[in-house]
Amino acid sequence: MSATFVGMPAFPEAARRALENTQQRHNLAHATGTIRDKRAAVVAEVDDWEALRLAGAAIKDQTLRHLDDHLVALEAALQERGATVHWARDAEEACRIVADVARAHDVDEVVKVKSMATQEIGLNEALEAEGISAWETDLAELIVQLGDDLPSHILVPAIHRNRSEIREIFRSAMGEVGRPAPDPLSDDPADLAGAARLHLREKFLRARMAVSGANFAVAETGTLVVVESEGNGRMCLTLPEVLVSVVGIEKVVPTWQDLEVFLQLLPRSSTGERMNPYTSTWTGAVPGDGPQEVHVVLLDNGRTRALADEMGRQALRCIRCSACLNVCPVYERTGGHAYGSVYPGPIGAILNPLLKGTGVDEQTDSLPYASSLCGACFEACPVRIDIPSVLVELRGQVVDAHRGGVPKPEAVAMRGAGWVLSSSARTARSERAAAFAGRLLNRLPGGRRQGDRRVLGSIPMPGAGSAWSQARDVPVPATESFRDWWSRTDGGEDES
Amino acid sequence: MDTQEAAGVRVGLMITCINDAMFPDTGKSVVRLLRRLGVEVEFPPAQTCCGQPMVNTGYFDEAVPMVRNFVDAFAGYDYVVTPSGSCTGSARHQHQIVARRSGDPGLVRAVEEVAPRVVELSEFLVDVLGVVDVGAYFPHQVTYHPTCHSLRMLGVGDRPTRLLGAVRGLRLVELPAAEQCCGFGGTFAVKNADTSVAMGSDKARHVLDTGAEVLVAGDNSCLMHIGGILSRQRSGIRVMHLADVLASTEGDAGQTGDAGPAKTEEMLP
Repeated sequence: MSATFVGMPAFPEAARRALENTQQRHNLAHATGTIRDKRAAVVAEVDDWEALRLAGAAIKDQTLRHLDDHLVALEAALQERGATVHWARDAEEACRIVADVARAHDVDEVVKVKSMATQEIGLNEALEAEGISAWETDLAELIVQLGDDLPSHILVPAIHRNRSEIREIFRSAMGEVGRPAPDPLSDDPADLAGAARLHLREKFLRARMAVSGANFAVAETGTLVVVESEGNGRMCLTLPEVLVSVVGIEKVVPTWQDLEVFLQLLPRSSTGERMNPYTSTWTGAVPGDGPQEVHVVLLDNGRTRALADEMGRQALRCIRCSACLNVCPVYERTGGHAYGSVYPGPIGAILNPLLKGTGVDEQTDSLPYASSLCGACFEACPVRIDIPSVLVELRGQVVDAHRGGVPKPEAVAMRGAGWVLSSSARTARSERAAAFAGRLLNRLPGGRRQGDRRVLGSIPMPGAGSAWSQARDVPVPATESFRDWWSRTDGGEDES
Repeated sequence: MDTQEAAGVRVGLMITCINDAMFPDTGKSVVRLLRRLGVEVEFPPAQTCCGQPMVNTGYFDEAVPMVRNFVDAFAGYDYVVTPSGSCTGSARHQHQIVARRSGDPGLVRAVEEVAPRVVELSEFLVDVLGVVDVGAYFPHQVTYHPTCHSLRMLGVGDRPTRLLGAVRGLRLVELPAAEQCCGFGGTFAVKNADTSVAMGSDKARHVLDTGAEVLVAGDNSCLMHIGGILSRQRSGIRVMHLADVLASTEGDAGQTGDAGPAKTEEMLP
């Protein structure tokens, strides 16, 4: 896969391009609408859903508060059961560790279980640079990989594609990297899944090394957990001789009892199912059964930075269910690519700046603003991440990061408005000026009116005026402000 | 509380900067409506803006003097009543954040004193006054958009639609995908104008699908956005604030202005 998020423009520009793709908008509206309804129905079945959400949030918070202890416990339990534990500060270190294991076994290809952590660190590209092919085995990831595309959803990376597009990708790309798609191939979902199954089987049976992530890591026993829908992950976790799992340090849960809560929250929130079809757990290396060499890479890559953020650290509770994406009206229209990261949607809008830091690059700084703050994400989040509050906090950090230099026009405008609006005398004066303009504009001949008010069409001027008026009429200011009406009429008592 | 009791309550009107400068008729409707229900209202002239535009854009420091001005203007009232779900949410939730960040314990205390008493109009009518039928008359087909901050930040629930349901002559039709954001979002509407318009256009389409004459909501800012799109599309649908509908009476019928759903007119130069 050579596609990359590097060089992606800031959100407003990327979103504008995405909005022009009407086929994608249609695909997204259909897909998110379907998952949204499924999730709402299965969540409504659970009487104690709110209690489960609170429990999930509390377990994660408590674990994060003592993360160092739990990680050390996890490391010890893993080692005790025969796994090799590596610590990776960043993407580069993590990729090097995986590549070193591959080279030690002289393999030039690995099969992969769907994993956000390995996407985050750009593992496939790093392995490719070392001459090692990494094959995605999750159906949606396979579609993205074969299409030389980028994932646009956490759970359903190919959500922006419809089945006729998928058929074309399979027909044109499968043969180049392995078993070609059967001919003829229809765009029937069963037919497409059949083609993927045949293509992948060849890879499962040949690969000597697999790479996975983990949805959870249970510290008390050193057990890693992957939940999935297709069973392809299970093939990777059991067939090859060597298994490397890249696990974000926030994935640790202290006990199996804690896991119980998340195994209820995750499937209903993500796929809208009561239970996911496959739950795989593995603990170290077991002689004669499954991979005989197991490596676990515990990945930081900005997580300790996020943990240090008092408001933002709640984002580390995220269990990557993508419920926030499916309810987000912004995501539904722009799709995931516009966020410029493997973590799109509302969670991506907070997670990326938290992991990378604010004030570093324009693209990341644009993400906290990629939301209308409608709050649908908070409502849907199974671990109660208050995404709107974190977004606003991060906006403050973005603004503060740019204080001191030459102020942007927006900062000048905000300071000016703040000065006017912190005094009622100044506010009244500026409202009188606006009312004067309103009276003038109302008196001009022609134009359109709504009720007794004139409306303005497109305003050809730089900045906010034209951004607003490109597709929205603007009512002219009222000819008298409420405060002036109140003082003129003594609160309406003297109104004739 | 019945209207007898309401007479002794000190109610400060928070008219909000958008209503003050752009939609003063909504403020007048609130005055008319509350007086009709026996409530004495005051308009503290020191008020300006709750500071939400600054806070939501990340300018916390710039919002501090505005929050200070707000708590000074509204100190001492039993209730602060606002025709805006969004500005109520700002006063109730964001002011505490701004005050804490300012490092001024006096401001924190002042906010803690005022914030819980700020209520949105439908909350005041239903919860404080205990009325659902406010004696309004509005003989039109209406659909209602629950603005996000009313819906999620305040949780006003079905209060507005119960109030509308009790208006004589009013036919309330359900808005498809009502709970989806219209795309206004304050500075989102200009910072991400394309996405905002895409969301607003879908909202406008749903409004058109209802066949309603009037779109009603509890926030004029959202209505300015949706109404601006409906107007550009020459849809003929009027947008009105909940307060304007609830203030309408038989006496208004036949008049233009607030009471009737006057349509957007094409006027020749």
